[in-house]
Amino acid sequence: MKYIDEFRDGELARKIATRIREEADPARQYHFMEFCGGHTHAISRYGVKDLLPANVIMVHGPGCPVCVLPIGRIDAAIDLAMRHKVVLCTYADTMRVPASGGLSLMKAKARGADIRMVYSAADALRIAVEEPGREVVFFAIGFETTTPPTALVVRQAAASGIDNFSVFCNHVLTPSAIAHILESPEVRDLGTVVIDGFVGPAHVSTIIGSQPYEYFAEEYGKPVVIAGFEPLDVIQAILMLVRQVNEGRAEVENEFTRAVTREGNEKAKALVADVFDLRRAFEWRGLGKVPYSALKLKDEWRAFDAERRFDVQERSVADNKACECGAILRGVKRPTDCKVFGTVCTPETPIGSCMVSSEGACAAHYTYGRYSDRTHEESAGEIAAEVGAEVTAEGAAK
Amino acid sequence: MKAVRKDYVRPVDFKHGVVEMTHGGGGRAMAQLVEELFVAAFDNRWLDEMNDQARLPMPQGRLVVATDSHVVTPLFFPGGDIGCLSVHGTVNDVAMAGARPLYLTAGFILEEGFPLLDLKRIVESMAVAARAAGVPIVTGDTKVVEKGKGDGVFINTTGVGVVADGIEISGDRARAGDAILVSGTIGDHGVAIMSLRENLTFETTIRSDTAALHTLVAQMIEAVPGIHCLRDPTRGGLATTLNEIARQSKVGMRLTESAIPVKPEVAAACEFLGLDPLYVANEGKLVAICAAEDAEKVLETMRSHPMGRDGALIGHVVADAHHFVQMDTSFGGRRMVDWLAGEQLPRIC
Repeated sequence: MKYIDEFRDGELARKIATRIREEADPARQYHFMEFCGGHTHAISRYGVKDLLPANVIMVHGPGCPVCVLPIGRIDAAIDLAMRHKVVLCTYADTMRVPASGGLSLMKAKARGADIRMVYSAADALRIAVEEPGREVVFFAIGFETTTPPTALVVRQAAASGIDNFSVFCNHVLTPSAIAHILESPEVRDLGTVVIDGFVGPAHVSTIIGSQPYEYFAEEYGKPVVIAGFEPLDVIQAILMLVRQVNEGRAEVENEFTRAVTREGNEKAKALVADVFDLRRAFEWRGLGKVPYSALKLKDEWRAFDAERRFDVQERSVADNKACECGAILRGVKRPTDCKVFGTVCTPETPIGSCMVSSEGACAAHYTYGRYSDRTHEESAGEIAAEVGAEVTAEGAAK
Repeated sequence: MKAVRKDYVRPVDFKHGVVEMTHGGGGRAMAQLVEELFVAAFDNRWLDEMNDQARLPMPQGRLVVATDSHVVTPLFFPGGDIGCLSVHGTVNDVAMAGARPLYLTAGFILEEGFPLLDLKRIVESMAVAARAAGVPIVTGDTKVVEKGKGDGVFINTTGVGVVADGIEISGDRARAGDAILVSGTIGDHGVAIMSLRENLTFETTIRSDTAALHTLVAQMIEAVPGIHCLRDPTRGGLATTLNEIARQSKVGMRLTESAIPVKPEVAAACEFLGLDPLYVANEGKLVAICAAEDAEKVLETMRSHPMGRDGALIGHVVADAHHFVQMDTSFGGRRMVDWLAGEQLPRIC
């Protein structure tokens, strides 16, 4: 497959891996956070970790749009579909995220809610055009990558006078999430999470450019290397990070030059600026309330804002107590540190959101990497018995 | 006295007609549809008897029975339709025991309002497939459900076959050291279907691989009667089939990614949709597991048959208490090839 296989070339990967082994100082450890779920997925699916020396350690970040969506927002989406009887259009990843009361969008659908999987915001608008008698809501989630298409459909709906269409906006922003992690006590004061640098977002950066990361490099002294989602991109970025650390540099470097510029996509940015405003704060799963970290529709587009149209109430719902998604999203814990990982929490019966999306750290490790966890697996039986009781009891209490 | 007039029955209007509740009501309309459509198309002496059952001679050896319900959307797709699929699917299920398929039955659930012209196309496609496979459809049933309670047409087929004594092919017979082979490129059927789903239209030249595999199986067994396992990786794809066998046989597997045949068009479509071809359905491929020393002979036989031309050795069975299916990636790392969780859903970005 042209333009794809070149970025999965095993021989080249081994050459880069050899360089990393030669250049990494055996006397120290290198901890790099890959911000994006796309990177997490690539690392697990292609076995990138198997090529790295033991002292180069990857820490999973919060860049998985499905994972960071708090339960309260999923509940609100289900409420729109079940109580307000709207046609709720959603990206497929979101379907299985556990919500309150043992529900998920998938389960709500099975109970009769009209929830439809779409591949793009444009598909949702098309449904609104085809079914003028129904209220159609697009469940808009994701980072900067999926925001411009949402902005576009809002403008299109307005231009063509489609009045049965609205957007339930949950778009979040990458730079504020990175800042939040760097400001967290675990990183800043306690030193429990060591981050020596970031593998910077791929698709997000095609929109916002590399410039927004310059602040982190300067202010926090952390190198950032923007990398594509192919495994060769990732391993090359890791080499570039090792070099920056070794040379005492903290700069923004761009490995993904085939798609990312310093300025990003001006047209897309203008589109987003036209339709959206910053929210004062937004709740993220795992990170809590993060200031200025999400978008809402501007007042002039209020007619297309599902939150105002259906009076969606903000409700904060705590995660399951046994679930470590929060700590995993902050890089504080690894999937295997969670007691329920691979026992009561599996991709079939997820307890937390990180086990749902293929970009989630838990799902990626469970699906691709758990062959390496023999000792954990072996002890899983007893833990399942112990924690299973606790989780079931909580479920019953709800 | 007036003479009783000879019955005149107006032929079924296949051009403009639709399925009506009366077509399943047991009355004249149903009898007429059965006669003019099903009996005419499937045309064999068992159906001609017009009984509610078929009386068949007892074959030598052990009987093999398999049943499969077909609910594919869309009904017509590049490379086939629900009709031929319902024949191939069940013929293959019988054949995977190393058996020779002998007879099929067909049960139709039709939705009120379904165009008779489409039904005729489907039934004729079934007839062609059954004839090509040499497996007659000897008895059947038709029911009609109200509009909105079906999806046009559902077809259940049951197959009966016979397997010779001494052939012991079963999913629990994989042993550490065995070779794992696949008869051709994977993912063709699933991608062909997906290319037509309403919200996913993309242009492709990929055709479903739907085909009957019993002649391929017969050739393979003739060459190596001691083949351990055979299975067609339909729903859930190659990954699911291998996990099923690993669990049944209580073994692990180790695959080599670069050895697994995937058409570039299929790989590209999967890439674009965020799917993994290992989990995409096939309807004309089989997985064979045999002793390592037989692998070359099985592969050679496979490749000499038109249905197995792209056959490949893709890995081997290992001892593993966890029954994991693992794969050495082309990139140089290793990953699990796990059970599919829920449906395969496309990723966001």
